[in-house]
Amino acid sequence: MTELTEEKTIDAADGKVWSQGFIKGMTEEGEQLSDLNPESGPLGGSAVKAHSHGDSHGGGVGVPDSSRAGRLTSYKLADFPLITGREEDWRFTPLKRLRGLDRVGVKGQQLDGPAPAVEVTKPDAVTVETVGRGDARIGRAGIPEDRVAAAAWENFAEATVVTLPAEYQGTAEDVTTLTLTGAGTTPAASHILVHAKQFATGVVVLDHRGTAVLSENVEILVEDGANLTVVSIQDWDDDAVHASAQHIQVGRDAKVKHVVINLGGNLLRTTPSARYAGTGAEVEMYGLYFADAGQHLEQRLFVDHSTNNCKSRVTYKGALQGDGAHAVWIGDVLIRKAAEGTDTYEMNRNLILTQGARADSVPNLEIETGMIEGAGHASATGRFDDEQLFYLQARGIPEDVARRLVVRGFLNEVIQHIKVPALEERMREAVERELAAGTL
Amino acid sequence: MSTLEIKDLHVSITTEQGVKNILKGVSLTIKTGETHAIMGPNGSGKSTLASTIAGHPRYTVDSGSITLDGEDVLAMTVDQRARAGLFLAMQYPVEIPGVTMTNFLRTAKTAIDGEAPKLRTWTKDVKEAMAQLRIEPEFAQRNVNEGFSGGEKKRHEILQLELLKPKFAILDETDSGLDVDALKVVSEGVNRAIAEGGLGTMLITHYTRILRYIKPDFVHVFVDGNIAEQGGPELADRLEDEGYDRYLADAQATA
Ligand SMILES: Nc1ncnc2c1ncn2[C@@H]1O[C@H](COP(=O)(O)OP(=O)(O)O)[C@@H](O)[C@H]1O
Ligand SMILES: [Mg+2]
Repeated sequence: MTELTEEKTIDAADGKVWSQGFIKGMTEEGEQLSDLNPESGPLGGSAVKAHSHGDSHGGGVGVPDSSRAGRLTSYKLADFPLITGREEDWRFTPLKRLRGLDRVGVKGQQLDGPAPAVEVTKPDAVTVETVGRGDARIGRAGIPEDRVAAAAWENFAEATVVTLPAEYQGTAEDVTTLTLTGAGTTPAASHILVHAKQFATGVVVLDHRGTAVLSENVEILVEDGANLTVVSIQDWDDDAVHASAQHIQVGRDAKVKHVVINLGGNLLRTTPSARYAGTGAEVEMYGLYFADAGQHLEQRLFVDHSTNNCKSRVTYKGALQGDGAHAVWIGDVLIRKAAEGTDTYEMNRNLILTQGARADSVPNLEIETGMIEGAGHASATGRFDDEQLFYLQARGIPEDVARRLVVRGFLNEVIQHIKVPALEERMREAVERELAAGTL
Repeated sequence: MSTLEIKDLHVSITTEQGVKNILKGVSLTIKTGETHAIMGPNGSGKSTLASTIAGHPRYTVDSGSITLDGEDVLAMTVDQRARAGLFLAMQYPVEIPGVTMTNFLRTAKTAIDGEAPKLRTWTKDVKEAMAQLRIEPEFAQRNVNEGFSGGEKKRHEILQLELLKPKFAILDETDSGLDVDALKVVSEGVNRAIAEGGLGTMLITHYTRILRYIKPDFVHVFVDGNIAEQGGPELADRLEDEGYDRYLADAQATA
């Protein structure tokens, strides 16, 4: 098995200047392990004891513990050990700021607050239902991979099920939008299933707003031949805490485009994972985040290539500004032995705009077969520096315009891939708002 | 006609080792229509002079003045200076991620002119200027200077000179690192800008080579932070034969 892991940390606070540009035009600083929760190597913690729970998604038996394939998956909270912060998948997360989401079941910590209110706009053919926990459709696309997601799974009261009927032909104009407005700061659980039946095409937007302390599971079930776009926007109020495990399962010859937009909230931890249920499927994952002072935005991805001739593309870009702004991107891609003909590429880029912001970026590619089309990754973090500013200003461009020009250009690469005009416009406005709110 | 006037300019920088005086009383007047060559050995302060005129924050002006038609340039921000008509072609142009040349050029032109250029003529102007500088059309969609070779960067500096049409162009070693073909292409670009009229040029160079293509009206020899000698084009010929040794020996003797 081949493993390629690269770890990059940029800590703009230390003012170090590194001469080598990791990508052209970007200066790069620091390469160091920077566990927020120290005392652990990258393979420490629960991964060592990881085991599998007799589920088709689990796999893992006989796979080295350090492998992503060996990570514990279970619907039961009790199966997961307590989070110490030293585990590979928690080492960057400031647990103290999770407001109890990590400690459900410990010392009476509950997860029984009201789930966000759901408001729906949709085309007629698409159905949106509220169903009980026992609904047979729940659990088909995903299984929790960490304690926080398992707690949500055990505690949600009702689920929202969005169904695109078989052969439904939606366009980028008739989008289904669930506006999810947080109901306050009592820790809450929620569950959403987005289900595209065979050959259905359409766009579903999950628009998170207001304030919440929320642990959420989103199942995205894409049946054979379907073509689904799911955009998850996290534009919470400043104090919100949100853990969102988004489980994608994509069928034979199906396509899914998954977009994560992390803008507002105190701590956002978004963990999308994609699994293939048939051959010839394609997964595109885009992400855009903008971390301000004090914000922790963490996105951890997993693409599990278990079947042959499937494709995946991951493109995440983030901008950071202000003291204590912290972004984490982890991209795990596993190409299992059976996944011959896999074609995968993942990329993460960060742009640090001010001192005091920090980005961690770790792509991790595990390859168990050599019979693949292609596999690659790129990760880079750059700083917008004084020399770039001087250059633009020396061409007559005022300082504020210069900074915006750079940030807009940088993030536009993701925005233009959303391909939903109303959303693209909203994202451009959101970027403007972030820039205006910052020191820029 | 416009005049850029530098008077008794003293400039220093602060490094970890302390304050270092670099320019030691430079005086120089350039009028539009004139081409001045500034020649001098490495480390004599040529780039410092260029960067100080453009307003790079690294350099501290301790005394002296820079005026443009009587206006105090030192009181202006970097972008104000550019909008007032000063242009610096940099010795080491920086790469700017996320910003395409097209977007950059249009934004700069809009800033300098105070209004957006007419799209149709602008696109045509950019294409023509690029073709004349033998820049492949695909560069329009690339990020500013990102992954450009040294020669490509210099050509793009001159592209900006031609499109932004400043009153004064300071060209900081635009010739260094170019092969003969590229040197010709770049020189032709500068000559086109001069021929359009109304441009004052400060041509900073280490070598005399570029002066075969761009004819200076005045030559200033720059040594140890000051102008050691001035003359006409014939001074460049003498430098070609004798090099800077004579001046360096002088500077050492007086040091
Ligand atoms: N940013 C800087 N940091 C440290 N030293 C500098 C810096 N800029 C200029 N200097 C020093 O000032 C002197 C003049 O440099 P420069 O203006 O670049 O000369 P030239 O362009 O003639 O080669 C040199 O001794 C150089 O080392
Ligand atoms: Mg120089």
